[in-house]
Amino acid sequence: MDAASTIISLVLALATPLMGGVLAGVDRKLTARMQERVGPPLLQPFYDVIKLWAKKPMIASPLQPVLAFGYLGFALVAAGIVTFRQDLLLVLFVTALADICLTVAALSAKSPYSYLGARREFLSMLSYEPVMLLAYVAVFMVTGSFMVQGVLDYGKPLLLVLPAALVALQLVLIVEMKKSPFDVSGSGHAHQELVRGVYTELSGYTMALVEVGHWAKVATTLMVLSLFWAPNPVIGAAVGLTMFFISLVVDNSYPRLTWQRMLKTTWALGFTLIVLNIAALAAGGVI
Amino acid sequence: MSLVQKARLKSLWVLHYDCGSCNGCDIEILAALTPKFDVERFGIVNIGDPKQADVLLVTGPANRRNQRVLRNLYEQMPEPKLVIAVGTCASTGGIFHNCPNVLGGVDKVVPVDVYIPGCAVRPEQIIDAVVLALDKLAGKAPKEGEQ
Repeated sequence: MDAASTIISLVLALATPLMGGVLAGVDRKLTARMQERVGPPLLQPFYDVIKLWAKKPMIASPLQPVLAFGYLGFALVAAGIVTFRQDLLLVLFVTALADICLTVAALSAKSPYSYLGARREFLSMLSYEPVMLLAYVAVFMVTGSFMVQGVLDYGKPLLLVLPAALVALQLVLIVEMKKSPFDVSGSGHAHQELVRGVYTELSGYTMALVEVGHWAKVATTLMVLSLFWAPNPVIGAAVGLTMFFISLVVDNSYPRLTWQRMLKTTWALGFTLIVLNIAALAAGGVI
Repeated sequence: MSLVQKARLKSLWVLHYDCGSCNGCDIEILAALTPKFDVERFGIVNIGDPKQADVLLVTGPANRRNQRVLRNLYEQMPEPKLVIAVGTCASTGGIFHNCPNVLGGVDKVVPVDVYIPGCAVRPEQIIDAVVLALDKLAGKAPKEGEQ
């Protein structure tokens, strides 16, 4: 890898929070439009984060600032692994580490809402990570490599080979974006069930860090989804953004489910779709 | 105006606490969030978490039972923060002013920045009050008797 592509990869990795922030703004604008509202300005998420950053710190437990930095840090490392075309499995594990930082930050405060939110966050991880893992295994069976570079070298669009796996990853994206019907662990706006769930005890700059980390995470997942049309980056980005848009439509059409339903839906539907996809490929002699 | 100042004015997260109002004002607060008034276009979000809120909207009179909760919520909000007393009851105690258990307006318990009179208040008044509170946040509040 030469110097120019290293710099491009690095800039791209560090830009994931910005991309995610703009997407969050688009999300709020589109959600408002779907509800026949005008909606906030596009840069609203950035105003929110700057305001949160400038608020007087009120730390519920001394562990929280470290873990909030850890969440953002691991999210950026995961983004870097994608932009440097490294291992997809490692992306999954580093993202899981980021999530664990968030849940431990929530558990470290003595608050029942935060505690319940953290337990539900663990259940969200339990519902999407195995599906994501199996989808990566399907990618491995087709391309013969877990590396992002391997997907890029495959030459043909993965979407044509693994359409059902992409549908399963759509479920994963909804859980990861914390959108209805799978926003059990904590969501913004007025869907208050556990106050703010896993975010309840975060305030001021720790909340700002977690928000930016979440943008980076969503942008990273969208980058991975864009790999499903790797030969042409523009169509790839279109695939990612379409799935982002579908998540918003689903968010605005479905009420929140319980965590049991979330686990059953993602596992039953996700595993079935990917296994059927692999079976069809095996029957067709592709793999 | 610095970036932080601008962000503060553009992003106001609201915590709504009902001190025992008749729900008239609460419904009007929720009405302000509906598509007709849509306060989210100004960046105002009903967040429901005191640790992340900037504005405390209180409805209903302060009484001996709820003053602890009200003070607790106020103290959990990090600076800079604002309190808006929504409705006549929250401003002065209203028709409950001489009840034995009622202390009066919420300013008996927490410092109030903006009072909205009315029974019940109108959503336009709430938006107006929040804009007035924003002026206060920006350090250009109207002088006594000006408003």
